[in-house]
Amino acid sequence: MLKFISRRSDLPLDHDAHSRFLPWLIAFMVFLANLAMVGMLMLNTVAERWDQGVTGTLTVQISPAEDPSEDDPRLQAILKVLASAKAIDRYEVISDERVLKLLEPWLGGVAKSKDLPLPRLVDVELHSGAQLNVIKLTNQINKVAPGSRVDDHRIWLDRLVSLIRTVQTLATAVLFFIGFATVGTVVFTTRTGLAIHREAIEVLHLIGAQDAYIARQFASRAMALGLTGGLLGLALGLPTLMGIGYLIGRMDGFFVPSLELGAHHWMIVGFLPIGVAAIATVTAKMTVLRSLRRML
Amino acid sequence: MIVATDRAPDEAIVRFENVGLRYGLGPEVLKDVNFALQKGSFHFLIGESGAGKSSLLKLIYLALKPSRGLISLFDHEIAITPRPDLPALRRRVGVVFQEFKLLNHLSAYDNVALPLRVAGVRESVVKKHVSELLAWVGLEQHMQARPPTLSGGQQQRVSIARAIIARPQLLLADEPTGNVDDVMGFRLMHLFEELNRLGTTVVIATHNMQVVERLGHGRLLLDDGRLIMESARAKIAPKLENLVPGSRQKALAAAESAAAADSFGKYPGDSEIFGDPSSLKDYL
Ligand SMILES: Nc1ncnc2c1ncn2[C@@H]1O[C@H](COP(=O)(O)OP(=O)(O)OP(=O)(O)O)[C@@H](O)[C@H]1O
Ligand SMILES: [Mg+2]
Repeated sequence: MLKFISRRSDLPLDHDAHSRFLPWLIAFMVFLANLAMVGMLMLNTVAERWDQGVTGTLTVQISPAEDPSEDDPRLQAILKVLASAKAIDRYEVISDERVLKLLEPWLGGVAKSKDLPLPRLVDVELHSGAQLNVIKLTNQINKVAPGSRVDDHRIWLDRLVSLIRTVQTLATAVLFFIGFATVGTVVFTTRTGLAIHREAIEVLHLIGAQDAYIARQFASRAMALGLTGGLLGLALGLPTLMGIGYLIGRMDGFFVPSLELGAHHWMIVGFLPIGVAAIATVTAKMTVLRSLRRML
Repeated sequence: MIVATDRAPDEAIVRFENVGLRYGLGPEVLKDVNFALQKGSFHFLIGESGAGKSSLLKLIYLALKPSRGLISLFDHEIAITPRPDLPALRRRVGVVFQEFKLLNHLSAYDNVALPLRVAGVRESVVKKHVSELLAWVGLEQHMQARPPTLSGGQQQRVSIARAIIARPQLLLADEPTGNVDDVMGFRLMHLFEELNRLGTTVVIATHNMQVVERLGHGRLLLDDGRLIMESARAKIAPKLENLVPGSRQKALAAAESAAAADSFGKYPGDSEIFGDPSSLKDYL
């Protein structure tokens, strides 16, 4: 590999003005790829956690009865129903103070008034992996306490998860486009180089150079440009990623359960410059070989 | 080998059978060309401008495919030789191009080194041989000079050095004396004869009938796209007055410079590289 890079060149490819823009283009693409990839990986983590974290929990909401004295018996009846369900591991009545706190953003100080009828909430946790027929439970609960609701968070979570999946598909498409654009740019640059150095290449060819000998010179140049661009892109991308990470870290942890990048994320990010250099090298080599094959 | 022949197959360096060549949809530039070059022969390729001399040489050094007919190089029929095998054949042919075709971004040294590097010769060996040959053609002071900074004659010597550095079995030169005065022209011819004596088969395309007449050698005459082969005749002893038209004084000066430059007119006798062709096997 080192021998490959340090090889002396017979063609003045280093002085080609047209290829100087290549590292910047590649840097830009690596930057975008970085964002798309890390975004995708993070969303993946989020979607997985939500998926898991939410299957295990339910909230039962008992709307206040017209006669406040009926509230307690209704709650007790519901708790009895919950206790009899095999899939349920644990349940806990959420205290009025917490309910008030949860409602505060909407109701403000008014909620403090004891007169306001408050819904009672019961937090339910299922045995891990257990399946619960939510509709059946809802019916049972409504028999003892009409107007109560069982919220398994599924509906809005399903939507969120499918939204995340869509965004991930888009990000994958973006990654592919970035790949295509990189290949296209390298092909274009290499073709221009071939045209500029046509006469020198012809001399090498007539002197008895194998196609691979000529292709290697373009390939090692492309590798150097690709690696430069890749590292440049990484240098631009890392501060951005860290910034995003910092902002996320400051957010409340409910919607975004711990978004730090894992070790494998960093490995993928670090691999991008090498990957893009490899793409550039192989592309340049194939382009040159294909064009040389037209010569006798 | 598939080519039917009545000669020993290892003798013909180049063989053309009914070769025709046209560029695109144009007329046939070469028609029914038949000839064979024996190992160790020396030929002048002559014909008026546009007769197809350069085209014929291009066919030999595998820059062009014939429109019809068969070409064999070192007993390899080109049409059926797999493409990856062609570079090895090209390396056995040294070409002095009409317009030199030196790489302007490389030094004289690197230009001459190209055929060896392309063949994957070790850099230490390259250094030894290239320095020696450049010194031998009188360019030791100009090894690091780039071609555009060299005179026409110096560039010509670089291109000749590049053509012979890898000790080709066949040397093709397209108007190698086109850009130099007659004295330099004869010196270069002397060099080619020297190479020929060491076993290289030589073909030189030229307009210089004076040189052709004087040196004898065989002739390949192109006329109206057809090739006529003539065998060698007696050499005419050189006369300085004929060599340089004009005053006798000028002729004498020319003779002096020719003698001074003799250092590149002969192979160095003690050279293990150019004195003994077998040593080349070590690196080729
Ligand atoms: N690349 C080309 N495309 C089309 N026609 C060509 C090409 N090269 C040469 N020809 C034509 O082929 C004919 C022979 O050309 P060539 O260069 O072989 O002649 P030549 O004998 O070397 O001439 P000169 O002595 O002037 O160098 C000419 O009529 C020329 O116009
Ligand atoms: Mg010509």
